[in-house]
Amino acid sequence: MSAREEILTRIRASLGRANATGAPAGLPPARIVIPDVPVERRIEKFTAALEKLNGKVHRATSRDDAREYVARLLNGRTAVTSNAPFLAECGVHSIPNVTAGGSDRLPLRDMCATLDAGITSADYALSDTGSLVMISSNEEARLVSLLPLLHIAVVPLDRLLTGLDELYSILPVPSDRSSSMVFITGPSRTADIEQILVRGVHGPGEIHVVLV
Amino acid sequence: MNPIPVDAIKNTLADARLQNAIYSSTARLMDKRAHAIEPGAIDDFQGLRTQANAIKRHAIDNLDYYLEELERNVMARGGKVVWCRDAGEAVQFVLQLSREKGVKRIVKSKSMTTEEIDLNEHLEHAQIEVVETDLGEYILQLAHEKPYHIVAPALHKTRYDVADLFTETLKVERVEEPEQQTQVARRVLREKFITADLGITGANFLVADSGAIVLVENEGNARLSSSAPRIQIAIAGLEKIIPRAQDLATFLKVLGRSATGQPLTVYTSFLSGPRRGGEIDGPEEFYLVLMDNGRTRLLADEGKRQSLYCIRCGACLNHCPVYRKIGGHNYPWVYSGPIGAIISPQFHGVTQDPWLPFASSLCGACAEVCPVKIDIPQVLLDLRSDITQAKRKEGAGKWEHRGFRLFSYVMRRPKLYEMASAMAASVFPGSRDKWLRTLPRLLRLPPIAGWLSQRDLPPPPERSFRSLWRERQRAKGGN
Repeated sequence: MSAREEILTRIRASLGRANATGAPAGLPPARIVIPDVPVERRIEKFTAALEKLNGKVHRATSRDDAREYVARLLNGRTAVTSNAPFLAECGVHSIPNVTAGGSDRLPLRDMCATLDAGITSADYALSDTGSLVMISSNEEARLVSLLPLLHIAVVPLDRLLTGLDELYSILPVPSDRSSSMVFITGPSRTADIEQILVRGVHGPGEIHVVLV
Repeated sequence: MNPIPVDAIKNTLADARLQNAIYSSTARLMDKRAHAIEPGAIDDFQGLRTQANAIKRHAIDNLDYYLEELERNVMARGGKVVWCRDAGEAVQFVLQLSREKGVKRIVKSKSMTTEEIDLNEHLEHAQIEVVETDLGEYILQLAHEKPYHIVAPALHKTRYDVADLFTETLKVERVEEPEQQTQVARRVLREKFITADLGITGANFLVADSGAIVLVENEGNARLSSSAPRIQIAIAGLEKIIPRAQDLATFLKVLGRSATGQPLTVYTSFLSGPRRGGEIDGPEEFYLVLMDNGRTRLLADEGKRQSLYCIRCGACLNHCPVYRKIGGHNYPWVYSGPIGAIISPQFHGVTQDPWLPFASSLCGACAEVCPVKIDIPQVLLDLRSDITQAKRKEGAGKWEHRGFRLFSYVMRRPKLYEMASAMAASVFPGSRDKWLRTLPRLLRLPPIAGWLSQRDLPPPPERSFRSLWRERQRAKGGN
């Protein structure tokens, strides 16, 4: 008997049945509660939640304002961008020392490992927790928001959701869309030594979100 | 049958620095949890716990169905599922795949399941470099130690211990600030991430309807382990299953809060299969190892089956008066604290460490904080009963058993009880707080002496309640 068969047989024996059953009855309905929160309140909550984690939030009045904010933030430091069209729309690539990451895995990885900052957009943002939702695609690579010490995300306001419940109602099966969906909630951190908080362990130690 | 490690426990109790480390770390985690579940911080936390329990109960009661659904969905997304009966098979799979694919270096993110199967030792023995990348786990790997706590593995190490360890093993300049030490680890491990061929992760959840694993972490090492190398293996106990991605709206809200008081940890990854056409990075190959290793044995008993609901948040450790004194290394297996005390005997058989379920005051704090509402004290009681019965089959505990039968006989007969207590009060002298221990030496021979080493009774009063009551009724002229 294969390991698979044996394990399934053991399970069924323990549960007191001989054969596979169809979809079981009795699965409680998922607990999804989506509050109605006006956008201004969502922005406030997002900002409060992220700043509590030492992240920074800037509310840009226009795409130009977003670009200028990013330029000031970088202040000459080097950066790699994802392929998100919204970044191009904001003109982020015209900022000095900002390089488009492109779609070749290895050159992109090396850029992410050596440049100072990674600039992405985000598929969604969650106001309850101050989280960014990054779905891997040809527009967003996984490593741009992960390897550089500084992560800047430029996100259109209409992607700001209330929280997990709303996200999972929009994407009930996230893997239908991508092999990877990651929530980023603040800078990378650890408290493994004496419970003392240190930021920037393996991921970015600094995170800025520009809401446009 | 292993005896209780009395000397090791005494050493832990006598180590003031260690006591302080355990006490203050767990206190901080308790405090953070308490703030995170306040009504202002989260709506209806108790309702979420109830839902989490109901979902887990349903998933475990239908484990075969959901595992097959998971397998179908992982395969549909280009991943491979490897079923392993035990630790040996899981280790063998990793070794074989590593050889086949020419893997020289492996990066690993924190996983209790791989601790359970001693994966690192086996890989090192086969001369494959394996590097733990969670800071706490990395420290322990350098120190050749096992995790002290489910979520805070190096809880017992001070910054000075880490300074010694880094200087000695990494040959770096001595730094004593956690901030600098973290930078040392970042530098060393960054190189490993970029050059590793294989990343091994655990899984906090297995999501049946999505064919996905979920990884919950703060450092980014699990993200890196699952994104940078060309192959990913996720090793998970098969009880990690949940039916739907939408159930994460419940589980993620209780997990972070219960573990570290975080509404969400810094990174939550939802991963299914290798990278797809059009995606820029991520692994080319994805393997999910579904490991039994004793878990199906826990299923058979309906009462104790709930032990498999555990989502490894560590809250029961932080709140346990026993864990907070004896720490993590005095438990017989990698799982410590109350949850360790209920799962270890069920994985290994109750007679391996028969003392373990008795090492609890049954205060109930663990059940009160468990995010999936496992009734740990009840399972401990069930295990105590199993152990006592197993021992009796071997003829042990005969006198204790007879003693209790006599006790039970007397207690069920009021007249006899009254006679016995009157006799006891008149026969044995006793100080106020100790009584049985002042018994004549002759009566304190083994086995009674052993029994009395941790138990006593207050001395019986000169006059019993019953006789006082009768007197009072008579005085009132009643009957």
